[in-house]
Amino acid sequence: MNFFLTIVLDGLIQASWLFIVALGLTLVFGVLKILNIAHGSFYALGAYVAATAVTMVAARGLPPAVGFVAMLLSVALIASAVGLLLERGLLKLFYGRDEVVLLLVTYAVFLILEDVTKLIWGVNPIYATQPYELFGNLEFAGLYYVGYDLVLIPISAAIGFSIWFGLNRTVMGKIVLAVIHNEEMSVSMGVRVNRVYAIAFAFGVLLASLAGALTAPKISMQPGLSSDVIILSFAIVVIGGLGSVEGAAVGAVLVGLARAASVHLLPQAELFMIYLIMAAVLMFRPEGLFRRETARRI
Amino acid sequence: MRKDLHPLVMVGLVAGVTLFGRVLPTWTLSLATIAASNALIALGIVVLARTGNVSFGQGLFFAAGGYGVALIANAWGLTDAVAQVIIGAVCGGLLGLVIGPLIARYSGIFFGMLTLALSMVFYGALVKSTALGGSDGFNVGRPSLFGMTFTDTREADFMLYAVSIIVTGLAGIVATVLFRSEFGLTSLAVRENNLRVEYLGISANRVITINFVIAAIFAGASGAFALMAQRHIDPQFAYWTTSGEFVFVAVLAGNQSVAAVFVASMALELVRSFSNLYLPNTWQMVLGIFLLGIILFLPRGIGSLWIRRLHRGKDFPTTEPVVAKGIAQ
Repeated sequence: MNFFLTIVLDGLIQASWLFIVALGLTLVFGVLKILNIAHGSFYALGAYVAATAVTMVAARGLPPAVGFVAMLLSVALIASAVGLLLERGLLKLFYGRDEVVLLLVTYAVFLILEDVTKLIWGVNPIYATQPYELFGNLEFAGLYYVGYDLVLIPISAAIGFSIWFGLNRTVMGKIVLAVIHNEEMSVSMGVRVNRVYAIAFAFGVLLASLAGALTAPKISMQPGLSSDVIILSFAIVVIGGLGSVEGAAVGAVLVGLARAASVHLLPQAELFMIYLIMAAVLMFRPEGLFRRETARRI
Repeated sequence: MRKDLHPLVMVGLVAGVTLFGRVLPTWTLSLATIAASNALIALGIVVLARTGNVSFGQGLFFAAGGYGVALIANAWGLTDAVAQVIIGAVCGGLLGLVIGPLIARYSGIFFGMLTLALSMVFYGALVKSTALGGSDGFNVGRPSLFGMTFTDTREADFMLYAVSIIVTGLAGIVATVLFRSEFGLTSLAVRENNLRVEYLGISANRVITINFVIAAIFAGASGAFALMAQRHIDPQFAYWTTSGEFVFVAVLAGNQSVAAVFVASMALELVRSFSNLYLPNTWQMVLGIFLLGIILFLPRGIGSLWIRRLHRGKDFPTTEPVVAKGIAQ
């Protein structure tokens, strides 16, 4: 029983940060119809920026709580700037081209960012563990957990809820939904689609980097981080259905549990399991679990 | 390739390029071998892309061909280069036959994602399998040709170069003939509108499946070349970035010309090795900028550089870019 609980809790901890990454990916796909390969690079960017922020704060002898806040703020600032810059400066040039071409554009961005992070932060592992001790250790049903890990679960639930609320219950969100469903109609109703695009992309980047920042204290930052994360978050959004918030949540929990289960039961099969689930879902529901059927336009 | 070049002329061209290898410096030889091998798999992607589907998981067949050849080579001591290419092609083709019919129902981004997922499943399985060396892979011996063994490295390199150029050249000729055939034109029709093709009484799924199997055969043979060139295999063959590079070559080439695939593949290898040499820490960045530049300035690929010039002034409908299905479909 305890073993089972360990798997579930580990799975939920995994799912919490994966969900935030996948949320950004699915949002960008929903609005811009771009499957963003560079999304993993934004995650890595967030993690690296957070590490720098934490190290700078710790060097001044300030408490880890300040480091935690500083890392979130700096990441939010840099990610929004990078997102807006990329969308306005680069992606804009390729709108109207085929989905696959846009995919390759983001692949190019992925390649470029991969080297940019190497140039700035080098190839050696970087650590930023100070905030990890922030919430102490907690005992939960006879198991000991690092408080920080458990805190991630409510944080990501809160982020998920606010995204859902923002999309479904606010005017801005309704406009974004309108663009997701029918861009031409939104334009004719006077929506500034370009602005929605820019904001949505920047927001996607923000979510990815936020997840990077939140996980930064848990992991070591080194090259290769981004391609691992993008592979996981691809699986999540495809399982859940591209462009669906609920789908991202369910996909994240599934992938998180699958990862935790295989780590405990069959360590080498981790990636294999996740992609097996994804292939199985695609076989029976090609649109993913939560995607609405769309009418075919001939 | 609208201006019909006779297949016999192309055979002559391939022979010429092969003999040209005698005067090339050694470093260009191995570079050209890899370029030819990459061109072969990218050619498969172009063949498939003509039905409107882009595979992001060709690494699956690439690895299947490579591992198949490596296992047989180590188990039975089969080192003949031509036999290895055939085995690689058969391995890729058989796997394609299994997967093709299942995957032909999907289109667009889902097709891409599913192929990527399958290749990653294979990657995961390979990393796990300790019998196959896990993530380290294993080594194989030097290839021979028709009973001849090559001890001189220069001769061995030339042998590999010749075999890869000839095989890839033949594949290119087959592809050109295929593009001009009824079947090739049907494939284009499937890309434009698969529903209408179905109304005309042709199974769009079967057209996609056949193209998929052809792409898988090319990929398997390409895997055999990569194996012979490196004499080592590891799960990286099936990793998604490997597949991404092949799509990269296909996009670079565009779908207007088979020759463009070879030029694109060679261009990529040159860019890679020069940036490896002069900008060792930023070659990925160079590659990314190169890709962005091509997509931005040559949306129809490298092939459009000379194809467009050929038809300038004529009233000739140009074909769509390799993967452009049109967003408003």
